[in-house]
Amino acid sequence: MKKIGVFICHCGINIAGTVDVKAVSRETGEMEDVVHSEDYIYMCSDPGQLLIHNAIREKGLDGVVVACCSPTMHEATFRKAVESEGLNPYVCEIANIREQCSWVHQGDKERATSKAGEIIRSVLEKLRQNEALETLTMPLTKRALVIGGGIAGITASIDLADSGYEVILVERQPSIGGRLDQLSLTFPHLDDARCILGPKKAEIANNPKIRVMPYCEVEEVKGFIGNFDVRIRRKPTYVDWDKCTACGVCLEKCPVESLSDFERGLTTRKAIYTGALSENSGKPVIDPIHCRHLVDGTCTICQEVCPEGAIRYDQGEELLEERVGAIVVATGYDLFPMEKIGEYGYGRIPDVIDGLAFERMLSPSGPTGGEIRRPSDGRIPREVVFIQCVASRDPERYMPYCSRVCCMYTAKQAKLLKQKIPNSQPYIFFMDVRTDSKGYEEFLQGAIEEEELIYLRGRVARVFQEGDKVRVWGEDTLTNRKVELDADMVVLATAVVPSEGIKDIAARLRATADKHGFLTEAHIKLYPVESPTKGIFLAGCGQGPKDITDTVAQASATASKIQSLFSQDALLQDPLVAFVDPEICSGCGICVQVCPYEAREMDEYRGISKVHEALCQGCGACIAACPNNACELRNSKAVQVFGMMETFAEGAEGSLADG
Amino acid sequence: MEFLYFPGCTLYTKAQNLDEAGRACAKALGFELKELSNWTCCGATFPLAKDNIMALAPPARILARAKEEGSALTTLCSVCFNVIKRTNELIKGDEEKREKINTFIEMDYQGDVQVIHYLEILKREVGFDTIKGALKRDLQEMRVAPFYGCMLLRPSEEMEFDDKEAPTIFEEFLGAINCEPVDFPYKIECCGAFQSVGAPEVATECAYAILNSAIRNGAEAVTTTCPLCQFNIDNMQREIRQKYNGFPGIPIIYFTQLLGLALGLPVEKLEFHRNDVDPRPLLEKRGLL
Repeated sequence: MKKIGVFICHCGINIAGTVDVKAVSRETGEMEDVVHSEDYIYMCSDPGQLLIHNAIREKGLDGVVVACCSPTMHEATFRKAVESEGLNPYVCEIANIREQCSWVHQGDKERATSKAGEIIRSVLEKLRQNEALETLTMPLTKRALVIGGGIAGITASIDLADSGYEVILVERQPSIGGRLDQLSLTFPHLDDARCILGPKKAEIANNPKIRVMPYCEVEEVKGFIGNFDVRIRRKPTYVDWDKCTACGVCLEKCPVESLSDFERGLTTRKAIYTGALSENSGKPVIDPIHCRHLVDGTCTICQEVCPEGAIRYDQGEELLEERVGAIVVATGYDLFPMEKIGEYGYGRIPDVIDGLAFERMLSPSGPTGGEIRRPSDGRIPREVVFIQCVASRDPERYMPYCSRVCCMYTAKQAKLLKQKIPNSQPYIFFMDVRTDSKGYEEFLQGAIEEEELIYLRGRVARVFQEGDKVRVWGEDTLTNRKVELDADMVVLATAVVPSEGIKDIAARLRATADKHGFLTEAHIKLYPVESPTKGIFLAGCGQGPKDITDTVAQASATASKIQSLFSQDALLQDPLVAFVDPEICSGCGICVQVCPYEAREMDEYRGISKVHEALCQGCGACIAACPNNACELRNSKAVQVFGMMETFAEGAEGSLADG
Repeated sequence: MEFLYFPGCTLYTKAQNLDEAGRACAKALGFELKELSNWTCCGATFPLAKDNIMALAPPARILARAKEEGSALTTLCSVCFNVIKRTNELIKGDEEKREKINTFIEMDYQGDVQVIHYLEILKREVGFDTIKGALKRDLQEMRVAPFYGCMLLRPSEEMEFDDKEAPTIFEEFLGAINCEPVDFPYKIECCGAFQSVGAPEVATECAYAILNSAIRNGAEAVTTTCPLCQFNIDNMQREIRQKYNGFPGIPIIYFTQLLGLALGLPVEKLEFHRNDVDPRPLLEKRGLL
């Protein structure tokens, strides 16, 4: 390269406040091969970019250095500008004089100015040996995997299928529906959960683009964005679903009962059960922990009564391999277990239940047929205490975060209680009432006024059984008084936590999770539905506590992100990847072991190692590990990096001699 | 087995029944309580003010002396246990305070003595199974409510004694001496002891709520580890009876007295005459005297 242009950005005062940009511009103008040097207040702005366009045209530049912020900010911007003038985008390099110079040397203008010059000089050294590279094109599998069949997964699946893409929806329970299936009416408009979920479930069932895989789990994920190879494990149902007509005889006749998870322990279920509740439309599975046949072979009743001969006690698990281009993680939430909360009885007081159990009581399809009854004796309760922020917002002992849904569902539950049992009295202990979405505050105020809910600001210290009542010791911090209540029932709004096994799934996907297990997004504002791992998208409570409205919005956002990914003919990828010099490589295979992306493989025939460019992320691990220096990174070859270091060292020596 | 023992002031005066029975039971179970030489009052309150180094001097001195005579220090009184153990934790974990305290008491102590409660010796060193095997008198599943109070359990991260919300060690102990432990919701509540001088009516209410709950749950007696709890829920029953007509009263018995009874020690050694509500009619009725 003989005609290089250098463009120095002021970044307002971010750079110009510390670096004498005019002096740098004069200095770089004198440097070898530089035919154009200028500075501007915002090089990334339209007029700034125009300077680059003009200089390329007028002076016939064959290389560009922009001295500005970090390449993670605007490298792509300037490469695009250079490309539009007919140059190869990889002859444009960034010299970072903001993060690595002006920001860290504030107050020392002289040395910052000198360092900025050295940074530009070293980048020029690199640029001279840059190759003009072509963007890699990779095949793109336009099929998505959605993990989790709750409202988030269902919404994302439907949106994707509607735009013509195939979807595989994996759900670990026997049927889809998730937590929403357990709810009664939803805030703020009191829509029935079933009226939201029912049509969506029907849509899923009738959409040929969506393949639902219930009772399955994702076992392994390999590959990268555009081409993930996923292994899915279908757990044994012990029922041949092709033969089963879901007639329900087996459920009736099975003699074994255990507490139902779905009904939050309010009732029992049989050892053969369906996920889809009382509708009975779902096909059943056998619970191997409780089924007498599977435990010790002493019972064969379901096999005997099944008119279709569908029971298969010897059914094994099945492993299926699928290739997909993108993955939505919509794994949902659990409630913090009451068994861990000592002050509220460790889950041992029968009339202390959690919010989901109360939902089951309110639900017409629930164990009480929609009647609110005390679990202990079936009596209709009068005084019901609701406690908010149980294990939420309690950094010392439990979860530090706000679970976001409890304020609203508690208000809703108290309102529904009052409507179902008019002479009942709900008491609600709260810290703050957070009603931060459209229509929520109005809902709360309406409920308080119309239903005469009693809100007490304070936490509850202790809950215990006292005779057939549940005694609640709390505090009203507004009147500064101790409150003691004898309640018929207590409902705990326990914290929302990520569903069990989320950390395993995150590890399998190479996605990251925070210390509570919530999956982390690439950037809370810029990339809120993308995982830092490309091709993995997040929806619903697996990413953080949120209500149905937000979950649906987020799920649709993931779908639209995937739609724009799939709308490309092929996947374009940065060519800044590793390559191997076949003359030097000894075939030791160390690079294969160190590669975190499974991008390195031995070429058995040639006895040397090779690079899968589609998988390589250019991290450099293999380059550092290679004992023979046979691996190199395109446009960051050893000769370039050492050249930069030497240039910089010479400059440093010079300034030391000066200073 | 020999354990260095810190009795504390109360056990030399009001709570001689806790102390005497504790020493006698130790002998019967084959371990020795060797009294710490030259001990002082523990201070009876762990200071709430962070800079109150003065209040930490007595327990620190006790610990430093214990270090000269052994590696562990045992107490019977819950309050002493609380004050000494918390001081020990503080000295262990806070270098700055440690230096200040050491300068103040002119001794060098690093927090490396293990502070243990008598109940922990019974559970971990002797073992409840061994106790079961050593029983000489059948307590016939007498229904006893264990009252933990606060001092054994809280603050739990410093005391590390048992689950602060649902402790079980006392129940296990009662089971081992063939009593039926009575579960009652007030077993870990405050007895009001610190108010018994300044605001006795508050303390009376606390004691009443505790005893009432124990009685309603079917207890024939309540047992404690703490002289302050004992005083409050035992002696306060006089006031309770005046205020609440028909309050039946219930004997409060130290756990070491119950243990001594079960181990077949002579009744006069257990000093039941010192308990304010006399437990002897109950024991008589059950044929235990």
